[in-house]
Amino acid sequence: MTDTVTIALSKGRILKETLPLLKAAGIEPLEDLDASRKLVFDTTLANVRLLIIRATDVPTYVQYGGADLGVTGKDVLMEHGGEGLYEPLDLDIARCRLMTAGPVGVEPPQGRIRVATKFVNLARQYYARQGKQADIIKLYGAMELAPILGLADEIVDIVDTGNTLKANGLEPRELIDHISTRLVANRASFKMKHRLLQPIIEQMGAAVQSGSNA
Amino acid sequence: MTISDRWLLPDGVEDILPPLAGKIESLRRELMDTYQRWGYQLVIPPLIEYLESLLTGTGNDLALQTFKLTDQLTGRMMGVRADMTPQAARIDAHTLRQEGVTRLCYAGHVLHTRPPHMLTGRTPIQAGCELFGSQSPVADREVIALMLESLRLAGLPRIHLDLAHVSIYQELVAAAGFDQDTEQRIFDAMRRKSVPELDQLLAAYPPGSPAARLRQLARISGGREALAEARVALEGASLVIDSALQQLELLAEDLAAGYPEVELGFDFCELRGYNYHTGLVFAAYAPGHGEALAKGGRYDAIGKDFGRARPATGFSVDVRALVGLGHRVVNRPGAIWAPADADPALAGVIAELRMTETVIQALPEDGQTDPRTRRCDRQLVKQDGQWAIQRLD
Repeated sequence: MTDTVTIALSKGRILKETLPLLKAAGIEPLEDLDASRKLVFDTTLANVRLLIIRATDVPTYVQYGGADLGVTGKDVLMEHGGEGLYEPLDLDIARCRLMTAGPVGVEPPQGRIRVATKFVNLARQYYARQGKQADIIKLYGAMELAPILGLADEIVDIVDTGNTLKANGLEPRELIDHISTRLVANRASFKMKHRLLQPIIEQMGAAVQSGSNA
Repeated sequence: MTISDRWLLPDGVEDILPPLAGKIESLRRELMDTYQRWGYQLVIPPLIEYLESLLTGTGNDLALQTFKLTDQLTGRMMGVRADMTPQAARIDAHTLRQEGVTRLCYAGHVLHTRPPHMLTGRTPIQAGCELFGSQSPVADREVIALMLESLRLAGLPRIHLDLAHVSIYQELVAAAGFDQDTEQRIFDAMRRKSVPELDQLLAAYPPGSPAARLRQLARISGGREALAEARVALEGASLVIDSALQQLELLAEDLAAGYPEVELGFDFCELRGYNYHTGLVFAAYAPGHGEALAKGGRYDAIGKDFGRARPATGFSVDVRALVGLGHRVVNRPGAIWAPADADPALAGVIAELRMTETVIQALPEDGQTDPRTRRCDRQLVKQDGQWAIQRLD
């Protein structure tokens, strides 16, 4: 138990860009992650296994020690709060921006503002910092619909190219934060399994530095 | 109100049932006996007291964790204890007022508004020891030894002891002279060991400045080799830091010799209890538990708020978690079943057996009860007019 390392990953773009970094640390899955419906994968390192879970679950698994390391977006991490987690490395991949957006040419209303987002905690903190009263509406996807249907005045969401916003008649407004992907570690694992984790973190860090994934 | 509303317990609140309850109580007794054998006197502080005395000196750390209610007699705010350490400090500083060294121990429930961790719930059973009136590293050593002894009694196979010294961070931050907002952000990033954020916040400072040293410090952790790295990184930073490192080095040497089976770790980002700890802090971890099982450290400043500054060091453990993780063997022999017989001779035999054994006497409703389902492995039977013990298979 203390001699194995479990790394939590999530499917999609982050996974694709993380695999070369893991490879730099000598960790490669033994089978094709996309072809299998398995959730736990063995790797070329006998004591390292990979978990494939939902992106928003990565901080939870790592926080409670189900996984020792995890790869997750800073947005997910900020929304989760990051309690009990260490954040030793910026993987510098899947870069995007967390922004507010609203219908093109429409001024946000004075006073209370209605905001649709899946980042409830983040949005609440952001508007509080701006000194604005905001009613937050939790949605799980297709945020862009909310202003169109009059459900919300603004949305808070991840913006990559901005094409989705444009296609739905929205425009980006304020930048909340730059987002990139982080390596997170369980606090207790980081202490107890330091000898196992430190080389992985260092080798991944070196791979990020040398831009081998570029 | 539905039926389930009547029996549902709040989140993080649990009944502890047999046989777990028996195991927890047995460990609690053994811990208390051990602490008293080491010269720690038992105190039983109240479950509830005025908020000011519970929160004094602990900064904000406990304010959010403490359940609050209004005292109907005075209108003042009271709190249910979330930690017994400040209570022990109050007793030492104000109630006992002994000269010289005072050693206190305690055990009891504490209540948390939010579970610090999913695994602990909101009503942990805390046991601990506090040593007042000594500034000596020998006192810290004693407290750590007793903490390790507690974990040994609980039957924990592998222990990782994490050591840190909050004055290193305190000194560097004070020397760097950040504004309040930056300091808060650095504290937050440091606590999460967020190397990327620290790099961003501290990028502008020249090498060798206190801020740059902080940035370096975030990268240093691990076994005893980390201590040597810290020595190099903090070369000539300040006298206080030198002496803090020296204290850690001496302690590490001492512990490595005395407890070769315990893994030692050093973490210079560890800022747990930063608001009230003043020097050495330590925590014990075990495989399978994502949170510290036992923790403690120096808090020389708390007594001052109670009117008497006293150096203080101590530790506490979560007894419930210790029992859950440890492999402590409690040898409790089975009970003896006695029939529902009004024979006065039987009453005499039972009374005598109960001096050392568990005897369960059947009641009229027990006609069909199998004694073996009541933890009995023996029974009393009448043979030739005499009551004798017979094995149950």
